Amino acid sequence: MHLLLAEATQVNAGDTAWIVVCTALVLLMTPGLAFFYAGMVRSKHALAMIMQSFVTIAVVSVTWVLVGYSLAFDHDAGGGLVGGLGMAGLTHAEVAVPGMHLSVPPLAFVAFQMMFAILTAALLSGASADRMRFGAFVTFIAIWSVVVYAPLAHWAWSPQGWLHQAGLLDFAGGTVVEICSGASALALAFVIGPRRGWPREMMAPHNLPLTLLGAGLLWFGWIGFNAGSALSAGYLAASAALATHLSGVGGMIGWLVLEKRLAGKATTLGAASGAVAGLVAITPAAGFVSPLPALLIGATAGVVSLFAIRLKFRFKYDDSLDVVAVHYVGGVVGTLFVGLFAAAAVNPAVRHQGLLLGGGLTQLARQGLGVLAATAFAFTATYVIAWVLRATIGLRVEPDDEVEGLDSSQHAESAYEFTATSGLGRASR
Amino acid sequence: MKLITAIVKPFKVSDVRDALRDIGALGLTVSDAQGYGRQRGHTEVYRGAEYKIDFVPKIRMEVLADDDDAPRVIETIVSAARTGKIGDGKVWVQDVEEVVRVRTGERGAEAI
Repeated sequence: MHLLLAEATQVNAGDTAWIVVCTALVLLMTPGLAFFYAGMVRSKHALAMIMQSFVTIAVVSVTWVLVGYSLAFDHDAGGGLVGGLGMAGLTHAEVAVPGMHLSVPPLAFVAFQMMFAILTAALLSGASADRMRFGAFVTFIAIWSVVVYAPLAHWAWSPQGWLHQAGLLDFAGGTVVEICSGASALALAFVIGPRRGWPREMMAPHNLPLTLLGAGLLWFGWIGFNAGSALSAGYLAASAALATHLSGVGGMIGWLVLEKRLAGKATTLGAASGAVAGLVAITPAAGFVSPLPALLIGATAGVVSLFAIRLKFRFKYDDSLDVVAVHYVGGVVGTLFVGLFAAAAVNPAVRHQGLLLGGGLTQLARQGLGVLAATAFAFTATYVIAWVLRATIGLRVEPDDEVEGLDSSQHAESAYEFTATSGLGRASR
Repeated sequence: MKLITAIVKPFKVSDVRDALRDIGALGLTVSDAQGYGRQRGHTEVYRGAEYKIDFVPKIRMEVLADDDDAPRVIETIVSAARTGKIGDGKVWVQDVEEVVRVRTGERGAEAI
């Protein structure tokens, strides 16, 4: 999100084409996430899981156009904490983004950023899987996208945001997307409470091929997520694309090697989870580090995330699909690693090189500040939103509906009709 | 008349079917089943969470036979399904009061 070409003011055709394509790539990540998640839940909840991601596309697109974008990228309304409402409804969004010198039309930037807001919100559905009412989820995600996501995007990505001005380097969303969704997921998991029977009953994934398909789509889209965040089609985009891929590879290798040692088998779910953990971790770093550090960032994230899954059993929060272990922990790893490996040779926006490149502790300290600030804000604000909704409209489905499955109780559908008897119904009208 | 029910390992189903066909047994019904006897299940691990799977997939095979044919059918199933390892399954036999062929209405041994 940093501006390599600070002087560029003219619209550049190549850059514009690239950002529009990346917008589509990032959009595809949300259906990818839907499949990634749906494969991991039990079959009676599969459609509900997919639906939460799909409806997030609709809900957050609307909140983003109405106020989200303005709160994130309009002129600062005070203290670097939140943008103003001057671009609410996108009425003035055809003018340049305050403080940014884009070589693409502002509306391309608006659309590209919209996809980030959608994906980040959809990630939360992994923490509350299998027990949240559909209406409660829609309400929660609409409020959350405005109250939590948009301000945090302002902090880190608006040139007038306070974390940006404090020197945080977050290329594509280590704080704004990963730490934000992970810390929020933790808060949501605490407030909504565990699934009935967790952790005693078996809640194994019902369709791992679906999960691996989803992981593949996420990986594909992540190239657009990170390389698109160069906001130009040039050296930086190429370097970010390669770093992104290598970190996914590192994550898969790291997770599988550790898993093989710990549990005796390398699993397909481990391959998918490790790759995603690696892609998460490179998100803040993709435009600041060279290829080998990217591989190392991914491998570190794969290993640390696998260990981090144990936390939910120790501290008794049912983060059902491990949003905390994969996104929060991966996001922290990546954000801090920028402070170790950020290289001015990769991106001139790097003013203080990473600790391991001889730049001292300056950048690492700034990254640490970003981690703490994003964690504290996202966790606290999400906790409050979820608590208020629980006390008013309620978050959970009825116990019977949870046992029966959300597909049937929330959507009056079932994902699979595999046996001769399952298709035996009568038309009631 | 007898109803012979066999629980066998899934990969032995085609051997049993072929052996029954060779002795001229004319009908066979199969369905998926899960269970355990002396053979216990296995462990699966998902992101570090371990689950014990108690039930093992099996196939239930059901054959109707005349009283005279039943011993031969049982013997055929047992020898075709045997691997000698734990978990080969079981065969049991019940008396059957009546059998009716739906298409023709034939009853008793004629309907088998």
